[in-house]
Amino acid sequence: MIIAEKKPIEEIIDEVKDFSRILILGCNECVTVCEAGGKKEVEILASALRMYFINKGNEKKVDERTLERQCDHEYLEELRSNIDDYDAIVSLACGVGVQFAAEKYLTTPLIPGVNTVCLGANEDRGLWTERCQACGSCVLARTGGICPVSRCAKRVLNGPCGGSTNGKCEISKDVDCAWQLILDRLKALDKMDDYEKIAPIKDWSTDRAGGPRTVTREDVKI
Amino acid sequence: MSDLNTASNLEKVLKAGHIGVTSECGPPRGSDAEEVKKKGMLIKDHVDAINVTDNQTAMTRMSSLAACVHLKLMGIEPVLQMVTRDRNRVALQSDILGAASFDIPNMLCLSGDHQSFGDCAQGQNVHDLDSMQLIQTVRHMRDEGKFLGGDDIKSPPKIFVGAAANPFADPFEIRVPRLAKKIACGAEFIQTQCIYNIDKFKEWIRRAADRGLTEKTFIMAGMTPMKSVGMAKYMKNRVPGMDVPDEIIARLAGAGKGKQAQEGIDICVEHIQELKEIKGVSGFHIMAIEWEEKVPEIVERAGLYPRPEV
Repeated sequence: MIIAEKKPIEEIIDEVKDFSRILILGCNECVTVCEAGGKKEVEILASALRMYFINKGNEKKVDERTLERQCDHEYLEELRSNIDDYDAIVSLACGVGVQFAAEKYLTTPLIPGVNTVCLGANEDRGLWTERCQACGSCVLARTGGICPVSRCAKRVLNGPCGGSTNGKCEISKDVDCAWQLILDRLKALDKMDDYEKIAPIKDWSTDRAGGPRTVTREDVKI
Repeated sequence: MSDLNTASNLEKVLKAGHIGVTSECGPPRGSDAEEVKKKGMLIKDHVDAINVTDNQTAMTRMSSLAACVHLKLMGIEPVLQMVTRDRNRVALQSDILGAASFDIPNMLCLSGDHQSFGDCAQGQNVHDLDSMQLIQTVRHMRDEGKFLGGDDIKSPPKIFVGAAANPFADPFEIRVPRLAKKIACGAEFIQTQCIYNIDKFKEWIRRAADRGLTEKTFIMAGMTPMKSVGMAKYMKNRVPGMDVPDEIIARLAGAGKGKQAQEGIDICVEHIQELKEIKGVSGFHIMAIEWEEKVPEIVERAGLYPRPEV
């Protein structure tokens, strides 16, 4: 899923301070699961903003709403009848949701309330970690199911580099060396011979290098 | 390994069966070339070629290629170090051609320390290619006379291609397979990480020799003299992939104040003398960090002077 984290409240206050009627808009998908932008976080942020501006003697209308998905026209349409009630929307969706809402409601300022971090998983309570960088050309079949593009700090395709120490990356003792993980998997799969296969130079045109990416499916078009 | 592919003196020395000697110069953190020229002058008569590091530890410095040109214009043979951290395949190929245009005949292909170690921790890294793919790229350009994109190169670059190997990084069991991969990619010479754990290095090169790898590439053992016990402790604890045994630290500490630097030189000389006798060691890469003036003493005492004329 998409992992996000809450922006510092000071940053949000600074962005909304000149608006009087604000909607805090949550999303019931990824950001709910990673506890950054679901119904609960909408309530907390809305309360904090209300209190802050009341204390400043500048009471504002701060409403709450959480859509099923913000990356979907159908659900974003639910706002249409109320959109003129607000001077600005603080969206707690990922960057996709914020932009989709901005594209739909051209004259309403859209302010992101979270930082979108990565494609990852909930590894432990309170810990989300990256697993994929959406490079557009998956190499996992050749790397024991562990991704060197997203999990190696140098995205080395023929690793590990010389900085791997005790299974950890040179950038931090808290970061696993992706290539150690790959080797552990290859060993478990009894495929260590695969290690000596040279990964060819990668076609990064499917990555961000190729510009904004699209998937077109004629078979599912109406 | 006898036919010459380039005009490299280092290639000639190694292929003639001599023990090769290289050293290195770090370019300055400024635009004055005098510093690199001075370092070059200090060591030029005691080595076959001089490596020029490429923004080592990710600290911004004068470009490796520019510093190589300064050395080359003084008649010194450089080994251009190039990391994949800072350049994409367009820039790498372009710099390879630029180096060849100045008759810089050697290159060492590296991935480079992560930028978080340096002065631009907030910068992007590139890693369009990795170090193995960079080796393949140079060989492809030289041997096939083609760019990665497939077009012909007018006057392909004649460059002797090297790679680094760290016999001590983890996991140890893939250190030799990793060397095999670099050789399969086209590495003609190898310069290793600084060696302090002699026994572990011997085990690594024995395994490499068992697989016939020492017949397919020239392995130059990396040597860095310790200036002090403080440096030894720093290398042991802070430098990724470095293996400094406790007895080295104890020996430096035992030398007492004022004598540690000399002890460090002595250890280095002893290590070279010991490793000279090991099958598969084709040369030495002496990295005297900001201590270039000691290279002549080390080379002479280790019995590697004068350098052969080939």
